[in-house]
Amino acid sequence: MSDLEAAVAAGVLGADEAHRSLLQATVEVARAIFGAKAASVFLLDEEAEELVFEAVAGEGEDELIGMRFPAGNGIAGWVLTTRQPLVVDDLSSDTRWSRSQAESTGYVPKSMMAVPLLVEERALGVLSVLDRPPESRVRLREVDMLGLFANQAAIALDLLQRARRAREALAGEGRLAPLARVAARLEEDERDAAFELLRAFERVLVETSD
Amino acid sequence: MSAVVPHEHEQEFEEEEELPAWSLPAEAVDRIRVPVTLPEQVTREWAWGGSTGAGVRVCILDSGIELDHPLVGRVDNSVAVVRDEDGVLQVVEDGEGDLCGHGTACAGVVRALAPDVELTSVRVLGAGYTGGGEILLHGLGWAIEQGFPIVNMSLSTTRTKYVERLHELADRAYFRRVLLVASAHNMPVESFPWRFASVISVGSHEESDPLTFYYNPNPPVEFFGRGLDLDVAWLGGGTLRCTGNSFATPHIAAVGALILGKHPDLTPFQLKSVLYQTASNARGGA
Repeated sequence: MSDLEAAVAAGVLGADEAHRSLLQATVEVARAIFGAKAASVFLLDEEAEELVFEAVAGEGEDELIGMRFPAGNGIAGWVLTTRQPLVVDDLSSDTRWSRSQAESTGYVPKSMMAVPLLVEERALGVLSVLDRPPESRVRLREVDMLGLFANQAAIALDLLQRARRAREALAGEGRLAPLARVAARLEEDERDAAFELLRAFERVLVETSD
Repeated sequence: MSAVVPHEHEQEFEEEEELPAWSLPAEAVDRIRVPVTLPEQVTREWAWGGSTGAGVRVCILDSGIELDHPLVGRVDNSVAVVRDEDGVLQVVEDGEGDLCGHGTACAGVVRALAPDVELTSVRVLGAGYTGGGEILLHGLGWAIEQGFPIVNMSLSTTRTKYVERLHELADRAYFRRVLLVASAHNMPVESFPWRFASVISVGSHEESDPLTFYYNPNPPVEFFGRGLDLDVAWLGGGTLRCTGNSFATPHIAAVGALILGKHPDLTPFQLKSVLYQTASNARGGA
């Protein structure tokens, strides 16, 4: 029942949108604080071993959401694998990386700050901040600050993923879908009766398992 | 990738373990004579003056090392931890170089400060995200069995299920004269192995001198090395200007190698003491 509980807790309907807004707000604040051209959050798709653009502020804001690239590559891949934040200041010297970046996103940044998004013991993705103003030399305080933003973005990303999982479980072929369909079809008073029946069924299960 | 690499140093451990371990009979006192006695004032000149790291084997546990990189030079041995057809982890010779650049960057930092060390690359990163922790543990276990006096670990894991085994490995390393130098995390998360007392944990300072390093009397981060605005070796023979604890760590590893080049008999405990006494904020660091 944990998926259903999560679904209820998250409010499911609309939660997706609210969490996405929280994530978007985080990248927008990160971009503004660092005076950067862009900031984005990548979500790790573990099965496909790909990183997916989940939120973007600034350059590429309209086109990049949903775009994927291999998780083992580039700065983001490095940050994800080592779990260590990294700041790179002259990306143009890594020609291979710049070329592949240009091909996939149409935008080649000169500098990048990247930090892993960690929730408890899981790495969910990467937060990156691109092209701070040329005169702003990065100090360690900025790296620490980026870590704090990452913490916030990781929580938002975690909530978003939970809501998605819950919705998937309740929709279409999901494990809990029949339950959701039945509940949706019942009138208010019938629903109470149906849940009473479910509780009785649960009690029987508990008693027989004893 | 081909042959499985044998554990060539196992024999040495057995000899070492014949030393008194649990108690000290009177006639055994001579056998634990300490080969190096620290002078009244440990200075950098005493610690590593004239040393180039020659004869010291340094292991870079990372994403591999690019071969023939001008800032890294000779890599004496490259291995990778992989799963064979039966899913069993094996250490095999590795011809793939570096898959993401991180290991090459760390190797370049070590080479710059300790030009004559022997470098070994153990590739544990970059081979996907599932089973990464097992690969890391296996690679670390192998490095300890090989008896590398210095192992650079510019990485950490947040998986609590590995903590106990990682802790055991860190302690085993410490007792077998293998010094693990590990990057600290400047984020609000629990990660390992840098939090263990048996390793040396490293964070960054903001100065530009590669031999400036600080001892921190408020652990868990014990030392701060150069980690801001460095030109590190990068894939394709080039460099990249980077900031991060990942690069502060090999600075301390390299200083450790310089010290061992001059005083090869130091134990990890003694080496840590010498690092402390030669730190820029300690008396011998001037």
